[in-house]
Amino acid sequence: MSTYPDNLKYAATHEWVRLEGDGTATVGISNHAQDALGDIVFVELPEVGATIHSKDEVAVVESVKAASDVYSPMSGEIIATNATLADAPETVNAVPYDGGWFYKIQISDELELDELMDADAYSDHCEEG
Amino acid sequence: MSQQTSLYQKHLDSGAKMVDFAGWDMPVNYGSQIEEHNLVRNQAGIFDVSHMTVVDVSGNGAEAFLRYLLANDIAKLDEVGRALYSGMLNETGGVVDDLIVYRMSFGYRVVVNCATRDKDLAWIRTHAVNFDVSIEEKPQLSILAVHGPEAIDKVSSILTSDRATISKGLKNFHGFESGSWFIAHTGYTGEKGLELILPSEEAPEIWDKLLEVGVKPVGLGARDTLRLEAGMNLYGHDMDETTSPIAANMKQTIAWHPEDRDFIGRQAVTAHLAENEARTMPILTGLVLEQRGVLREGQKVLCDNGEGVITSGSFSPTLRHSIALARIPMGSGACQVDIRGTLTSVRIVKPNFVRFGKKVFE
Repeated sequence: MSTYPDNLKYAATHEWVRLEGDGTATVGISNHAQDALGDIVFVELPEVGATIHSKDEVAVVESVKAASDVYSPMSGEIIATNATLADAPETVNAVPYDGGWFYKIQISDELELDELMDADAYSDHCEEG
Repeated sequence: MSQQTSLYQKHLDSGAKMVDFAGWDMPVNYGSQIEEHNLVRNQAGIFDVSHMTVVDVSGNGAEAFLRYLLANDIAKLDEVGRALYSGMLNETGGVVDDLIVYRMSFGYRVVVNCATRDKDLAWIRTHAVNFDVSIEEKPQLSILAVHGPEAIDKVSSILTSDRATISKGLKNFHGFESGSWFIAHTGYTGEKGLELILPSEEAPEIWDKLLEVGVKPVGLGARDTLRLEAGMNLYGHDMDETTSPIAANMKQTIAWHPEDRDFIGRQAVTAHLAENEARTMPILTGLVLEQRGVLREGQKVLCDNGEGVITSGSFSPTLRHSIALARIPMGSGACQVDIRGTLTSVRIVKPNFVRFGKKVFE
């Protein structure tokens, strides 16, 4: 697993976004985020159908160590959430960019993507601490 | 510059994530804290706890000194090797530290917390001036704790046969000296196991041998969830210098008899006991949250007869839900915890959640 996949965009608050090419995007948290949190034991996801704005608190991740808010990197409507995480939250630790996704969103403003980082910029961001 | 134990390189070799712990570079985990926790509950894990402070107390006045210094009574240690848990109190009945004291052939060995080392040594030395005692810190010793249902067998398999035989027969809170080693059946996990106090230069080889027989390294992260499940206090969280041991579930560790034994803080904790009997002193109890969410230190506890606070909280890997220790008014019937702005009902239970791999509360 690449630590910073090139096909994703990243927020400074450690969420990733993958554009699906049909006006929707998939959102999760980065490998850096899961590693810093340690073993994840609960994930609280948004309601399907909810309309959210970028930088809203949309989810909460509880690890053994701490609770952490997840901020939406994009505005839009939640169209799906990852049901796997209810019974297997550790999926986020194991495959944060794949089976550990959080939700899918119908994007309302594609221009918001310009505010996100590419893999190189995000890698630098993480290394700065 | 942070300090490193004799096993620093071994931790790196095992892939440890190292963190600062009170000035020491210590392994918080070697990958997954939950997996390490479960290893100790089901098999055997090894902890490097060499950052803890070992203090040897000897001299003609050693017994009299420790009977004055500690709230528990070391006169109960009727033979060499026996261990006692005690609080070390101040004059106002607050807890300076909690510790284990072993009776040794030369006197006594005290193991205190790492984060409180400086103040503990100063406290001990200040009070030792009126006694014929010698106080010697032993930084050249390492401490390996091996715990879990398979721990004693695994450790015994790498020891010399005489040490192995005695180790297998040790009762809880008993230990023995063997050359420059001390081996005791004590621990901080709620599982059976041994603590090996040995010269630091021998520790890396013993560490390797234990890994070779299948014992896995366990970090301080899992140590914390294991002790919380076992309902054991963590100094600086569940009690400190402002907390009475009576309000920290340590009443049973105060030796009230004989009544003429003068120990530091006796007058204060005697008053606290009266408050406890009048039900005006808070208690340290267990909380259980069986639904989603995690109880955390510092969260407010709203009870039907007042307010309290969580002193230690986490997800319990064994029980698969959250548990906590909390200081709340005595006699509370129902409680809610303010978890990130949401009031959530919790159950009050005895502060002991898991022993020998099994749930123990109702």
